Amino acid sequence: MEQDVGLRQNVRSNAASPARRRRLALNGRLHVGLTLLAIFVIGSFVLPLFTSVDPAAQGTYLKNLRITSKHLLGTNALGQDIFWYLVFSIRNSLLLGVTVSLGITAISTCMGLSAGYIGGWYERVVVTLIDTFITIPVLPILIVLGALVRGNTSFLTVGLILVTFGWAWNARTIRSMALSLREREFVNMARFSGANTFQIIFREIFPYVYAYMVVGFINTILFAINTEAALAVIGLSKVQVPTLGSIIFWALNYNALMIGQTAWIIAPIVATVLLFLGLFLTSTGYNDLFATRRGVA
Amino acid sequence: MGLVQYVLKRFLGYLLVLFIGITITFFLPRFMPGNPIDNYISQVQARAGQSLSPEAAQELRSSLEELYGLKGDLLTQYVNYLNRVLLHFDFGPSFTSYPKPVSEIIFAALPWTIGLLLITTMIAWLLGNLVGLVAGYFNKHAAATALEIFGIILYPIPYYILALTVILTLAYFFPIFPLTPTWLPGALTFQQAGLILYNSFLPALTLVLAGFGWNILSMKSLAVATKEEPYVTFARLKGVPNWTRMTRYVFRNALLPQITALVLSLGTIFNGALLTEMLFSYPGVGLLMRTAAGAGDYNLLYGAITMAIIAVASAALVLDLIYPLFDPRIRLS
Repeated sequence: MEQDVGLRQNVRSNAASPARRRRLALNGRLHVGLTLLAIFVIGSFVLPLFTSVDPAAQGTYLKNLRITSKHLLGTNALGQDIFWYLVFSIRNSLLLGVTVSLGITAISTCMGLSAGYIGGWYERVVVTLIDTFITIPVLPILIVLGALVRGNTSFLTVGLILVTFGWAWNARTIRSMALSLREREFVNMARFSGANTFQIIFREIFPYVYAYMVVGFINTILFAINTEAALAVIGLSKVQVPTLGSIIFWALNYNALMIGQTAWIIAPIVATVLLFLGLFLTSTGYNDLFATRRGVA
Repeated sequence: MGLVQYVLKRFLGYLLVLFIGITITFFLPRFMPGNPIDNYISQVQARAGQSLSPEAAQELRSSLEELYGLKGDLLTQYVNYLNRVLLHFDFGPSFTSYPKPVSEIIFAALPWTIGLLLITTMIAWLLGNLVGLVAGYFNKHAAATALEIFGIILYPIPYYILALTVILTLAYFFPIFPLTPTWLPGALTFQQAGLILYNSFLPALTLVLAGFGWNILSMKSLAVATKEEPYVTFARLKGVPNWTRMTRYVFRNALLPQITALVLSLGTIFNGALLTEMLFSYPGVGLLMRTAAGAGDYNLLYGAITMAIIAVASAALVLDLIYPLFDPRIRLS
């Protein structure tokens, strides 16, 4: 008997100490992620106030200048300052990412919550749609659309297309959360107290899904920036707008490597890796912070 | 009975996904601004100057509509399209290499993509899961933390960045592999096979790296959670050795969600492979799509997309169908 208690305590303390260590490490993740994000957001939104030059205008400076204090990353083969181009690229990519993510989060939350709670044939239709949109590879469809509009499109259209094809992943997760919440006691309680479907979804279920929504929102920013950039790299987005993808498109198009313009291609690579790392660390850190607070993990 | 139901359900789902996917690729471009035929005719007019009479342009338009399958109202077009694509696998002729049928060009490129994808996905999945398992099972080791940090840094990096980094390091700064690969025509000889391997190494490395990070992270957290399950503790108290517990108790159970995750991420993996092919000029379906998009060869583009949807959906179906082999709950219920 005593042995049993000792064993149980032993198991418990074993379980507790890595958990505490993990929590600290996770807070560390959130800290690093938020710091990286803060640098990118503040940098890319404040710095443009200090320049009057349009970074996308060609021939502003001499071509292919080396790295100096005046041109922090040199100038490229189009006579643009690489540093300023990069700053504007990050800002535009972030703006696109947040806008698309807002749209996707709204749609996927509505679809996921309603499908999970209402159920029946409505759920079956939504789930089939979700499965289809997850299975279909998005890039080929975006390539066709890109080839059809051939750059005669606004940056906004690119965003709309991304929303159309990006909502399924989040909707899938939120639906499964709503599905399990539907069976909880407090939902039954609310139903027997006379709350209608709309009230139950938004008053009872939504607060539980909220934490995941934030995580999904950040992940979707990553998805949106990534997909637009991928399209831009192969020249099928609006490459006249500086984004993290279009800067690489121009660098590849002007054979930056062959003419020794390594800064033109390495700078966006480093910026993208750091930005994505920041977004990823923030989303996983936030996810685990909420999981521990809810007492799930 | 459970198994039959499972297979039937998956197969119906497969057909439904194919149907919806093909319907979307049919309707979406028709709601977009711009018309490929107008584009093409204005290109021809620009080249021909004034010599193209309006009557000739009208004739050109009607024969192009015939070729693209744009005759009649939307519903007839749709039924014709489904009939041609699903029953006859006919996407019409290619425009850039005219009388050659699109399906022939696609079938020539398909083995390249499938070969690359199959090999890299298997390597990335197996290797990532094994590393993740060890890191998760021995999660108190410093090496496990190092592996997790490696996974965290690797996972969010997009495909095109990985591809460019691989090019920069292994073809530019340390020129071990070619910056622009050369593909020799001719029969498959020993030397030819060597050249193919040499040229495919960098795209393959990119795809393996891309799949690696996620598998490490996901498998690690699954293994950590499974390790704490009562049946594993019981096995430990019973005296089951470490290795057996790791492989037979933890791994087998943590494997199931990983297979499901692989099915769900097939589309993303395929997207990444297309991008990687484009950046490395690897002669698969991805490069085909890019050249077709650049040249305005819409039949080829449509064929490639439909093929892509069929390929990914079929791969998902195959994985779904072998899933019962791993999960006795479906097999025996």
